[in-house]
Amino acid sequence: MSQKRLPVWVDIVLIPLINVLLAFVVAAGVIFLIGESPIEAGKIMLMGAFGYDEGIGYTLYYTTNFIFTGLAVAVAFHAGLFNIGGEGQAYIGGLGVGLLCLALDAWLPWYLVLPLAIIAGGLFGGLWAFIPGYLQAYRGSHIVITTIMFNFIASALMVYLLVNVLIEPGAMSPETRRIAGSTTLPFMHDVFSAMGIEIASSPLNVALFLALLCCVFVWLFIWYTRWGYAIRMIGFNEQAAIYSGINTRRMVVLTMCISGALAGMVGINEVMGAQERVVLDFVAGAGFTGIAVALMGRNHPLGIIVASLLFGALFQGGAELSFEISTITRDLVVVIQGLVILFCGALAYMVRPSLERIFKRAVAEDKS
Amino acid sequence: MNDAILIAISALDATLRLSAPLIFCAMAGVFSERSGIVDIGLEGKMLAGAFAAAATAAVTGSVWLGLLCAVGVSVAMALLHGFACITHKGNQVVSGLAINILASGLTAALGIAWFHRGGQTPSLVADARFSSITLPGADAVADIPIVGVVYSELLSGHNILVYLAFLSVPLTAWVLYRTRFGLRLRAVGENPQAVDTAGISVAWLRYRSVICAGVLCGFAGAYLSTAQNAAFLKEMSAGKGYIALAALIFGKWRPAQAMLACLLFGFLDALAARLQGVDLPLIGEIPVQLMQALPYMLTVILLAGFIGRAVAPKAIGIPYSKER
Repeated sequence: MSQKRLPVWVDIVLIPLINVLLAFVVAAGVIFLIGESPIEAGKIMLMGAFGYDEGIGYTLYYTTNFIFTGLAVAVAFHAGLFNIGGEGQAYIGGLGVGLLCLALDAWLPWYLVLPLAIIAGGLFGGLWAFIPGYLQAYRGSHIVITTIMFNFIASALMVYLLVNVLIEPGAMSPETRRIAGSTTLPFMHDVFSAMGIEIASSPLNVALFLALLCCVFVWLFIWYTRWGYAIRMIGFNEQAAIYSGINTRRMVVLTMCISGALAGMVGINEVMGAQERVVLDFVAGAGFTGIAVALMGRNHPLGIIVASLLFGALFQGGAELSFEISTITRDLVVVIQGLVILFCGALAYMVRPSLERIFKRAVAEDKS
Repeated sequence: MNDAILIAISALDATLRLSAPLIFCAMAGVFSERSGIVDIGLEGKMLAGAFAAAATAAVTGSVWLGLLCAVGVSVAMALLHGFACITHKGNQVVSGLAINILASGLTAALGIAWFHRGGQTPSLVADARFSSITLPGADAVADIPIVGVVYSELLSGHNILVYLAFLSVPLTAWVLYRTRFGLRLRAVGENPQAVDTAGISVAWLRYRSVICAGVLCGFAGAYLSTAQNAAFLKEMSAGKGYIALAALIFGKWRPAQAMLACLLFGFLDALAARLQGVDLPLIGEIPVQLMQALPYMLTVILLAGFIGRAVAPKAIGIPYSKER
């Protein structure tokens, strides 16, 4: 019944845009409720995120994490799998990156460690997603529930490891020792100053390029490979996929492994880059932001870059906002994130029927 | 010997207190999920309820008004879930997740803006909290060995919400298995087409189910902030909603079994606090984190079919559309 076709651009651009706008309108309402001016808050956020070089650095640093987790969620989405476990997979992936860097930092420079660290992070993150994937494919347990459970298990495991095993001897806070400076990823401000351009220091590092590379990889993988075709087919119609001879179980496990490996890349940005060690809860919700990013970006790498940039700006702008206005904290960004998930995810097709009516009327008037 | 009994009783006593919010949430989950609506938003509804209860109780001084507000807010969020999942046929997991994240952000943002205490609400005075109730005759029988001690120490002396939590289990079971509404609710979770064919509105039935879930989550929230604690703390639900969800699955979507699972998980929680730093013979010290992760691990193992089989309601997670 509701198959009246809308122009493609409405589906790809207009509807997501309306949904994001709706989320922001409600968020503005929350700011109003708190007793502040939404317009003023918006201005401060925009300035904080893009107004000066340090702000831009932080914005892009957050963006890097969100690209990784957004891609992770998107790849699983293409196979019809909802991977809520990005948070845990990123956490465990970071453990892999950290262990490798701590083992090798006495001998190798960062550019030799990086490929190994990518493999280690991917393996650890992928393994953390492999188990839920395997259980879904071969034991019939539901991926959503198992990945939620695995987030909590990962968190407990990491607390245990950091408090009891990996803690730097004699240190008070539960974190590993610092990775030697020659093995950590170069910060962008160092790269720029080597080229003679001085910019303010920020945690932004070369992992951003890895994130962009991952986008290209996912784009090629999903749309131009046999495996990607199989993944999309499973997501589109699992029965048809089985009928056409695709081993759907194996593909489900594989998809989850790739998804987990992508989430594990957060470890490169955080452990090898920004923090230079494994700290408690370094993922800080990026796994969940990834869900909002994937929903908003329509599971396409390009959309994910745009959505990640938006959320990166929101997180950096939100930090700025809490400095400027004492009654507003970064929790407001969490509210916006929830609203984006609500409007772009759960209520994605709310506005569709009304738009269809409008377009039908417009077409009818054209003819008359 | 007497000491051992007292320690055991104090652990079981703590188990009852720690299980109460889990039981409320698990029963909420029973209502929602048996009608075919996945509810991972238990956590968020409970958190929002906790905030509403503590904020209202702090401002008005009335714990009952607090409870009322908690239920109101929680039901509002349940209706939002229903609006997305039932009316607009949205993805139920996505909607539940949105509710959790919204609740986490909103309670913190509003708490800081309204009370200026870093997300905490003002501490409640004794009158604005649920106080413990001494069951009739508890003092009189306290000296009788075992039975008297169990009655006076273990069963007596909880606040009313703990008793309500345990009362909600037979109530849920009765509604589910002995009323017309319950029969239809179970039917709509298994085969909505059949219910629709019988001329009963699938949407209205499911809406009523999520409202029931909202009410129960409101109770759980009020328990956290106005009974167990004396204020709302940021993120105070701390994954309890997910544990309740695990208990619900562990109990195979049945009220009595879900309650037992809640008691088991509550007991693990109580035990974890007591075993911290204690060297056990043969095993040595058990890491607290292992005890904390155990409910989740058990649920994963159960779901994988290694201990019995958990079969979900058939129509769970699938939006119902008439025209097909």
